[in-house]
Amino acid sequence: MLVFLLRRLLSSLFVLFFAVSLTFLLTRSLPGGPFDKEKAGSAKVQEALLMKYQLNGTLWQQYTAYMRDLLRLDLRVSFKYRDWSVAEILAQKMPSSLKLGGLAFLIASTFGVLLGSLAAMRRDTVIDWTSMFGAIIAISIPSFITGPFLVAIFALWLRWLPVGGWGGVSHLILPALCLSAPYVAYVARLMRNSLLDVMKSDFLRTAKAKGLTETQALTRHAMKVAILPVVTYLGPLAAHLLTGSMIVESVFNISGAGSIFVNSIQNRDAFLLCGAVVIYCSLLIFFNFTVDLLYSILDKRIRLYA
Amino acid sequence: MPDAPENLTRPDGWAIVQRNRPAMVSLVFLIAIVLIAFTVPFFLPVSLKSTSSDTFLPPLTTGQETPVLHLCGTDKNGQDLFYRLLTGAQVSLGVGIVGACISLVIGTLYGMTSGFLGGKVDALMMRAVDMLYAVPRILFIMIFIAAFDSVFKDWLDAARLWAQQAEWKGLESTTRYLIPYSKILVMILSLGLVEWLTMARIIRGQVLVLRELTFVTASRAMGQGGWGILRKHLLPNLSTIILTYLTLTIPAVILDESFLSFLGLGIDDPAASWGSLLKDGAQVINPIESKWWLLAFPAVLMSLSLLALNFLGDGLRDAFDPKSAD
Repeated sequence: MLVFLLRRLLSSLFVLFFAVSLTFLLTRSLPGGPFDKEKAGSAKVQEALLMKYQLNGTLWQQYTAYMRDLLRLDLRVSFKYRDWSVAEILAQKMPSSLKLGGLAFLIASTFGVLLGSLAAMRRDTVIDWTSMFGAIIAISIPSFITGPFLVAIFALWLRWLPVGGWGGVSHLILPALCLSAPYVAYVARLMRNSLLDVMKSDFLRTAKAKGLTETQALTRHAMKVAILPVVTYLGPLAAHLLTGSMIVESVFNISGAGSIFVNSIQNRDAFLLCGAVVIYCSLLIFFNFTVDLLYSILDKRIRLYA
Repeated sequence: MPDAPENLTRPDGWAIVQRNRPAMVSLVFLIAIVLIAFTVPFFLPVSLKSTSSDTFLPPLTTGQETPVLHLCGTDKNGQDLFYRLLTGAQVSLGVGIVGACISLVIGTLYGMTSGFLGGKVDALMMRAVDMLYAVPRILFIMIFIAAFDSVFKDWLDAARLWAQQAEWKGLESTTRYLIPYSKILVMILSLGLVEWLTMARIIRGQVLVLRELTFVTASRAMGQGGWGILRKHLLPNLSTIILTYLTLTIPAVILDESFLSFLGLGIDDPAASWGSLLKDGAQVINPIESKWWLLAFPAVLMSLSLLALNFLGDGLRDAFDPKSAD
């Protein structure tokens, strides 16, 4: 068990290393330097700036120097927002994305599992058809369409909720709904198919033969196994939602982490971009690790493989 | 040898698809959209295609500068929205189809190689796919576009100048025509380079099953080489799976493109795609004077098209992918 988890952790650290390396090397080899827009654009000034931000030397030298700093958990400073370290920028932008993403994750997981189970239990009824039809609609319509329409209905027409911006809980509802809609649908479809598979299995027939009612058999035995694929999906989803969505943040005018990705590519701000990738991959590793742990609790058979 | 009883033979996949009502309706709808988008714009009067002083006209009104009927209204430049919707459909559908085809070629080749070679090579190739899955996809599309956009434009320009000197009229006019579209070409390439991972996984899984079947063993016993087996025996058996996942990759690529255009990183004016039209529509939404048509028409057209593609893809998957059947 411990060996298995350690091996997973080691390989995920390699993924982190790979992702950051790729991001750094690609961003640094983009045409156009970070200081091209400087007013005093003389060669000397450029060189001094490059020196200051440790961007002198060959690409390989820059890369190894940056990786050494990363090992000391130093994310360096942003090129674009002078006097701000990458860690400070991330600390400022992350909280709103974490709140929004956390709420969206809660909505996606609870409603997805509920709707999916309901559809599976009432298979081939109106409930099943409507929820699966709704799911395919939610998957097909992108958030930049649902966003403005939710705003038009609930904020401009009914005036129940604010149009955008950041503040109380009321500011969170529309963006979280908009962000979570397609994932509710994915989770519901996954849950439905997985539960239908389990309902056909032998151990459930045995459980029913022992005299459990349909509901008892489902809640005590089937759910535990059927939720496993959903748990696998929820791990990466959590990392994805918590690091912010560029679209939803731009539609609802929220200053979150999603914009970091877009802006830092356009500003050629390699350190800020790498910092954001480090955060994303760390979250991904953390949640995948949690999924592995949850698996061994939910499914006793997993321990045998360790 | 007697034939197998009728009810024991594997059901014909195409028959299952044909019985699937939503999938068939979607197919008809998609064919109609493609036909309309790629023919009607060429027959519209010139006055509908150019900008005018008739800005923000609501749908079904006649313009003042030029008396033509604007079916879906006009935008901030006084351009007819119906025309822009159709040219936007050309771009969105074109990017989706070509991008998905590129990812299909890469994914199929990668998946087939990995599955067929098996063993250590397979494990290594699949680890690489796992790793690429962990990297934020949209981020790399943006980096690729930033990297290749200006380079590609320079190439085209160089080719144009060279053709001008060599007096190759054909090449010169082709490059001159392509230069405004260089960003679209770069986008197609980047999206294709990023979207192949799922395809590779699915194909590899299928090849792993297929290569153990007796007809492959028989073919090998008869002296057929590895490449020949892949091409003659595996590829035909993979064709329906490939078609299925192509249908499901197209909406994914269309979504990515519209996502980039919505953020202002994709298609630039005067060219349009559904994403850039939606961006324009979302910018003018306000409580005082609602210009709803600029948002509603592109939104409905795009949603319906994506919905149809997903219905068709799901229908194909239910019919042809044995693993997804419940």
